[in-house]
Amino acid sequence: MIVKVNGENFSAEKSLNIDELLAAVKADQPEYVTVQLNGEFVERADFPKTFLKDGDEIEFLYFMGGGQLVATDK
Amino acid sequence: MIIFSREQFSELVEHARNSLPNEDCGLLGGTVNDEVKRVEKIYFLTNVDASPEHFSLDAKEQFAAVKDMRAHGWQLLGNFHSHPSSPARPSDEDKRLVFDTNLSYLILSLEQEPTLKSFRFDREKNFAEEEIRTV
Repeated sequence: MIVKVNGENFSAEKSLNIDELLAAVKADQPEYVTVQLNGEFVERADFPKTFLKDGDEIEFLYFMGGGQLVATDK
Repeated sequence: MIIFSREQFSELVEHARNSLPNEDCGLLGGTVNDEVKRVEKIYFLTNVDASPEHFSLDAKEQFAAVKDMRAHGWQLLGNFHSHPSSPARPSDEDKRLVFDTNLSYLILSLEQEPTLKSFRFDREKNFAEEEIRTV
């Protein structure tokens, strides 16, 4: 299976689900990523049951947020 | 070190002021050479929280921005947000929501004169200021 992960080719001997793919590409803190598969968002609960197939394009990004609520010097 | 043009800095300040009272936010795309990041484009994204105290980037816009960076041969350098009425230093909430230690996290304070600072974090959420150079 060859898929594109964040724009780069990634090959695996068998079909992986999204959790397995994130582990295979050594995604740091995968519990905080948001995933699009072929341009569509995938719910986190569906990661284990969403298996990738040849030619799929998967993108993942980290949630980004914050704010000035309480500033700290530490 | 992260390098901005003066025009980019002015653009950032103007956009943040126009976003008041809410926090402004977005992504920075550009190039990296020998640990020096050069900003090529500021991607102003929607603060889906629409709040003066909090921001969350619109995930759909995040994906689109990163794809645009890739199409230009750029990388995601980091993100930025404004603090409308507090200093340019990470809040507890900023620290809590840092997940990618490869990125620069910039904060633009509008509390007094606009002040822009950049920070890098480690996995324990310790942070260190990163030099910003405006050229």
